[in-house]
Amino acid sequence: MLAVTGPNGAGKSSLLRLIAGLLRPSAGSVTLTGGDPELSIGEQAHYVGHQDALKASLTVAENLSFWASILGGAGKVEEALSRVGLGSLAPLPALHLSAGQRRRLSLARLLAIQRPIWLLDEPASSLDAPGGAMLAEITQMHVGGGGLILMAVHGATDIQASAELRLQGPSPNPRGTSRGQTP
Amino acid sequence: MTPLAALLLRDTRLALRIGGGAFIGVLFFLMLVMLVPFAIGPDLALLARIGPAILWLGALLASLLGLDRLLATDHEDGSFDLILMARTPLELAVAAKALAHWVTIGLPLVIAAPLLGILLNLGPRAIGSVALTLLAGTPALTYIGLIGAALTVALRRGGLLIAVLVLPLNIPVLIFGVTASNAAMTGPVPFGAPFGILCALSLMSIVLGPFAAAIALRQGLD
Repeated sequence: MLAVTGPNGAGKSSLLRLIAGLLRPSAGSVTLTGGDPELSIGEQAHYVGHQDALKASLTVAENLSFWASILGGAGKVEEALSRVGLGSLAPLPALHLSAGQRRRLSLARLLAIQRPIWLLDEPASSLDAPGGAMLAEITQMHVGGGGLILMAVHGATDIQASAELRLQGPSPNPRGTSRGQTP
Repeated sequence: MTPLAALLLRDTRLALRIGGGAFIGVLFFLMLVMLVPFAIGPDLALLARIGPAILWLGALLASLLGLDRLLATDHEDGSFDLILMARTPLELAVAAKALAHWVTIGLPLVIAAPLLGILLNLGPRAIGSVALTLLAGTPALTYIGLIGAALTVALRRGGLLIAVLVLPLNIPVLIFGVTASNAAMTGPVPFGAPFGILCALSLMSIVLGPFAAAIALRQGLD
């Protein structure tokens, strides 16, 4: 697990989006050693960003099972929802969720569909203390199962990262290359 | 469920639920066509003659409504990030979204057209031909509109710009749609020729629209 840290505007989010294939590098390339060569990095990764991609008029369960189908397969929707503590809210429209609950629903995507790489952009924002502990647990489980996590963090978290990539403030020549290695 | 079926189902659901806007197009169509007899006056022969053109114009303008939300909502809330990371080609994903848009905006227009034809004093033959040409032509309007929606996806208020981009491309569809409807009523052109071209326009835009839209969306990754 790699924690990406740095001041605001250092490029933490941009780095994660670049790896996910959502931004095009102006120079350099992103390569993954040991992944599925048939798939791009983005197709093997989960991305949880600031935008939660939830539709207010769909229910919690509908939102999650839609993303499970899009990201590949039926998924373990009910199990993932109860794991993040939203099991009882499944039939409620996402409109009524609080910011922390929306974040938990985004994180449930990680559990519903198995993908080896997790790209998490400040995943702990707006989570309460039990939510933070739940996040620490599921990330430990993923790393324990051989997964790879890149996480942009800002401030203190409960999560123990095995390495830290510190980005300096706005620089004229941002990083173009990053290497990920599946353990 | 396959990714494309899931996308189709979700977009249809969103359009039909509160705030989705599925019936805005057909309501606009109804208003426009209902006002025409009041504006033209009670000349039944004239109404019957221009009826197909009015129905086609109404459907063309109504199909522009909602195009600005077709891709923009997914762009704003980050859904596109996830669709890009799915293992489904973006071309097929936007084609599925456009199909959902046609089912919720275009198809109601086709269904409403025969009812509105009665308001314009159209005979059964004319009503049938207008409905048939709309059924063949509205997919072209949606899939050409998809290109405009993709080009303006990052703009906050892209609605009018979409209309400016898309309307010139829709003119051939309008011409052949109205020509085919009139041909069925009066001649002298046989119905088959313009109707065939209309079907060709639809098939072409169904194939080319998603590719053009996907290119435009990928260009937007900056």
